Amino acid sequence: MPRTKLLALLALFVVGLVLAACAGGAPSAPAASTAPTSAPAAQGGAAAAPTSAPASQAAAPAAAGNVDLDFYYPVAVPGPITQILDKYAADFHKDNPNITVKPVLAGSYQDALTKIQTTVQGGGAPPGLAVLLSTDMWSLIDADAIIPLDQCISTIGGDAYLKDFFPAFMANSQAQGKTWGIPFQRSTPVLYYNKDAFKEAGLDPEKPPKNWDELASMAQKLTKKDANGQVTRWGVQIPSDGFPYWMFQGFAIEAGKNIVGDSPTEVYFNTPEVKRALEFWASLSTKYNVMPPGVIAWATTPNDFTAGKTAMMYHTTGSLTNVLKQAQFPVGVAFMPADKGYGAPTGGGNLYIFKNAPKEKQDAACKFIQFLTSPDRAAQWSIDTGYVATRASAYDTQAMKDLAVKQPQYLVAKDQLQYAQRELGTHAAPQLQQVLGNNIQAVIAGKKTADQAMQDGQAEADRILKQFK
Amino acid sequence: MAASSIARPKTEARARRPRLSWLPYLLILPTLIFVVVFTVWPSLATLYQSLFKANQAVRVPQFIGLGNYVNLVQDPVFLKVLQNTALFVLMTVPLSMALGLAFALLLNQKLRAIGIFRLAIFYPTILPLVSAATIWLFMYTPDYGVVATFLRPLGVRGQNWLGNPDLALWAIIVMTIWKQTGYYMIFYLAGIQNLSQDVFEAAALDGATLWQEIRHITFPLLSATTLFVTTIAVVAGFQMVDQIYIMTQGGPDNASNLLMYHIYETQFRFQDRGEANALTVLLVLILLMFTISNFLWFEGRTTYESD
Repeated sequence: MPRTKLLALLALFVVGLVLAACAGGAPSAPAASTAPTSAPAAQGGAAAAPTSAPASQAAAPAAAGNVDLDFYYPVAVPGPITQILDKYAADFHKDNPNITVKPVLAGSYQDALTKIQTTVQGGGAPPGLAVLLSTDMWSLIDADAIIPLDQCISTIGGDAYLKDFFPAFMANSQAQGKTWGIPFQRSTPVLYYNKDAFKEAGLDPEKPPKNWDELASMAQKLTKKDANGQVTRWGVQIPSDGFPYWMFQGFAIEAGKNIVGDSPTEVYFNTPEVKRALEFWASLSTKYNVMPPGVIAWATTPNDFTAGKTAMMYHTTGSLTNVLKQAQFPVGVAFMPADKGYGAPTGGGNLYIFKNAPKEKQDAACKFIQFLTSPDRAAQWSIDTGYVATRASAYDTQAMKDLAVKQPQYLVAKDQLQYAQRELGTHAAPQLQQVLGNNIQAVIAGKKTADQAMQDGQAEADRILKQFK
Repeated sequence: MAASSIARPKTEARARRPRLSWLPYLLILPTLIFVVVFTVWPSLATLYQSLFKANQAVRVPQFIGLGNYVNLVQDPVFLKVLQNTALFVLMTVPLSMALGLAFALLLNQKLRAIGIFRLAIFYPTILPLVSAATIWLFMYTPDYGVVATFLRPLGVRGQNWLGNPDLALWAIIVMTIWKQTGYYMIFYLAGIQNLSQDVFEAAALDGATLWQEIRHITFPLLSATTLFVTTIAVVAGFQMVDQIYIMTQGGPDNASNLLMYHIYETQFRFQDRGEANALTVLLVLILLMFTISNFLWFEGRTTYESD
């Protein structure tokens, strides 16, 4: 029956198309609305939207004199972030009755960026204000999604305001002589150690490792094995899944060369210092046998530490509140051990204002930034979450002084900031972070030498960055 | 055609040439609109846009012809992703189908409380893939995860299942087979229970062994089910992304990166829409080629019940 056969074939073809379209649906949807300029007329409507949509939205609130400000934020640490921000929004509304801030939980950093970029590409109206990674700055500039904040800053304190922020945090917030992001929830990695384990191994619990050599030798003393030679407690754990480039930056800076400099189109993977840093990291498993072999999970590392499976760990300060709560032993916090010098990257999120939002929303966003970053609130935010307070004056507040007496661990990250440098936040930063991360993982897993990995990484990074020169 | 020639037997010519009626087209119009808007148009738009460079380096997409495809062919990550995907599909599809069929044969027995056994095999299917992946993530935890605890008496120690490039993809394959087997088992079980008992009784009278019955009666009669299951299994195999996202994010060093996840990261992490579109087109082509060839191969060999 050739006709039924043909029909059935046709039916299957359609099914295949449907299934395939489901597969392609997600990627093609945003792409469809950012069609090339020569795209068919049907897409003209979408392309025209950016100018008309915000304009029509602008009319309504302006008439009433009231402004609704959507504030997108991600949640990246454990804790009641939503309640805290809802309360900030309510407090702000009391002082500014004509502005209603609506905090919108946008998922992870990645989810939040995806939501906003899809909206911007589709010509829709972005939120007025959002918290996104500081390293997303160039992505947002390249997408023409954000506005420089210099005008806003001049109305809320000018240079004096800006200078109060820790310089390490501003490194990923400024470009082209302008300020594009205001540091909000910022972090940096530190060394956590188990003081009981130190005592047990005959080490002084008040003297954590100060440099790489001490780290390796102390970790050897801290590594415990059972009668079968099976390790029951590791010396140290440094997470390496997800975004290993971040932790690795600390090692590179300590070895004397950050992987990124002032230029947004240059990276320095293929340098002797960086290779040395990578070799040392990998040697903790392969040579010293003080760290579990293979790639170590970011998410389970704090649990391993509080459960006593590892005596030391590298992790973000953002985990501090939770670690102190979970651990049944005294927890020490120290700088990342030095090589040529101390070093650390910064991380976390900045506040950005969006270009396609109407003017009065941008102005409202500016006022809310001033509110969120006031020294008292920055201090409280740090205490509630474990993030580093972003301004020097936050540490002069009474709340912070009280905390410093009670839990001095909170001050370590702030003191380490003087050694912190710019995070890998160039053009196409997510792709470069992935390239470097993959090569770091290849070395940790013993698939490449540090030399080979950094050569490969540099070649790939240069290929990507060439497009932006 | 037959109906119209009976209804209007006036002239030969009229009977041969059916009148074009608008009614059938009107009836399929709603469906057609949905298919065109949500399937045909996005597919064509994806194909068209895959010819443009559209990433963070350009604000306005630039026409580059097959440039995205050329880049892909030269990209070692893409080639690795293709290899991984091929291995993943070649391992998970046949194994989970074979296990599904085996369980279906076993669970077709008339035993007391057989429902409990069927539920036990089927329950991984009910779990959302994200939840299942999260559970397996903890099961694979080195040193104290369930897998490590279970394998320790067998002398397997200190394996970092998801953190070792040689093991990560295999760990995901095992988890996927566990997840999919129950789903295919249900189709096979339904297929077996629909088979006419006559042939089995005849075979029993002729003294066929159990294996002969299965080999020469059950398998051939189930070929329509197999065609269906193969198709959905392969399509599902290419579209799996949740467990990669949860368990490894494609790592270490792309060792467990699959095509669908690579499309996701290219589009949403790297913001390279041109290349993501090109990847999508390639995925569509692979699936179409498979679906058609699978159908043609089975066409001559399939037994439909209604025949």
